[in-house]
Amino acid sequence: MSAKQDRRDKIASRLVQIGFLVAVMGLWYFGTAYWGINRILLPNPVNVWHELKDVLSTGEFLPDLKVTLMEIAFAFAISCSTGVTLGYLISRSHFLIKVFEPLLAGFYSVPLILFLPLYVLFFGLGPGSKIALGATISFFPIVLNTIAGFGYVEKIFITAARSMGASDVQMFRHVLLPAAFPVILTGLRMGFTVALLSILGSETLASLAGLGHKIVHLAEAMETPRMFAYIAFAVAIAIFLNTTVSALERRAKRR
Amino acid sequence: MTGRELKRKLIRHPGLVRLAVVAALFLLWEVSARWWIDPTFLSPPSKVIAGLGELFETRGIPAALRITFWELTVAFAISVVLGLAIGLAVGLSRFSNLSMMPIILLLYGIPQSTILPLFILYFGIGPASKIAFGVSHGVFPIVVTIVAGVQNIKPILMTAAHSMGASRWQIFRWVIFPHMIPTFFAGMRLGMSGVLLGVLLAELYVSSAGIGYFTQLFTQAFDPTKLLGLISVLAAMAIVLNEIVRRAEVHFGRWRTD
Repeated sequence: MSAKQDRRDKIASRLVQIGFLVAVMGLWYFGTAYWGINRILLPNPVNVWHELKDVLSTGEFLPDLKVTLMEIAFAFAISCSTGVTLGYLISRSHFLIKVFEPLLAGFYSVPLILFLPLYVLFFGLGPGSKIALGATISFFPIVLNTIAGFGYVEKIFITAARSMGASDVQMFRHVLLPAAFPVILTGLRMGFTVALLSILGSETLASLAGLGHKIVHLAEAMETPRMFAYIAFAVAIAIFLNTTVSALERRAKRR
Repeated sequence: MTGRELKRKLIRHPGLVRLAVVAALFLLWEVSARWWIDPTFLSPPSKVIAGLGELFETRGIPAALRITFWELTVAFAISVVLGLAIGLAVGLSRFSNLSMMPIILLLYGIPQSTILPLFILYFGIGPASKIAFGVSHGVFPIVVTIVAGVQNIKPILMTAAHSMGASRWQIFRWVIFPHMIPTFFAGMRLGMSGVLLGVLLAELYVSSAGIGYFTQLFTQAFDPTKLLGLISVLAAMAIVLNEIVRRAEVHFGRWRTD
């Protein structure tokens, strides 16, 4: 295929994408402005835009955003420290890997959101239950990737380093860590993404504050334009955090 | 048996040790729930299992569980059909892949739990909203996997079939279809975990009926025996469904050797 046709295809596909988005926005606008779709079910996009501007300019989102970010930070800190530590300890022996890896993978395949009612019972409706759930869910990708990173370093590197007389510290610093680092980073990124998702999700289920809570609160009050504004805001925050973490991962891996 | 022999025997059977670890965890749970932790928060596994009978006799619980199971299967079926159709439509043509895939990935990247209230608003609190939310979680991984699978077919196979004069349908039937089967089942497994997450999230969200009503009831009544029982039954349901698709994946993925 020629480069020229390749370029033409790329431009055409961009046009299709833009056309799709324009069509969605157009249908949304005309549907609500002229074709009589119920305003409570689907607010007008212009209204939503005004609400979003209002939310952003008054800064009323700040307390909820702070709660959500604080929960994510605590949950991720807990799952990082426990996941990496346990993963490293397990990866030190092939026997332990064989015992624990299938166990952890099996646990991970259960929808852990089921723990939320239990955590609400233990830790209450406040941030505690959300932090616990986020930490539980993000623990698994982190520990599994840490095991995979440290546990499957090529044997020849280890043998070579040992026969050249590397100490334990040198082995860790110059052989194990560089080999495991990219895999662990991937685990941390996955852990962050699921922590973010599960905390937003658990906030919509049972909470006292946070972005998810705010959205549900507005939905129950039937203030749909403002709810749409908050949804857009929460989605933007989530996408921003996820892309930032992915970019950090790529940057750290390049070095 | 000396200590060393025992050690050697254990090393050869990690499965046994795994069972022992699980048993130890249950024992820890039992002991701590019996003697250390306030019984309004945690009850021991023996009591939870003994309480299962009473749980199933609670009015509304069997129906709620049945409805949840039904929602899961319907949502899964819809996700598979929809995901397969979209995946093939997007994956089989270079242009539609180039143009539609970024949109699909954009939609996939939206944290869906933020739009859960919208699903309830549009589809009500009955099964429809839970099925729709489950489908919204299940369909994207299936589409993405199918697209990746279709694209991974070695070009040489397609060229060979073309040059031997195969028609479009023949290529689909004899080249693409057999290559798709392993990907299809891999997608089904991912789709199943998505559907489980979506349906259970929506079930827990709606607190006026179904599972969500009972979890909230048991939480507020500080009845950990029933709460743990209900959660265990749901987890067992999830494990069984996951295991079915995982077995299917292993079974149908076997023929490919590369």
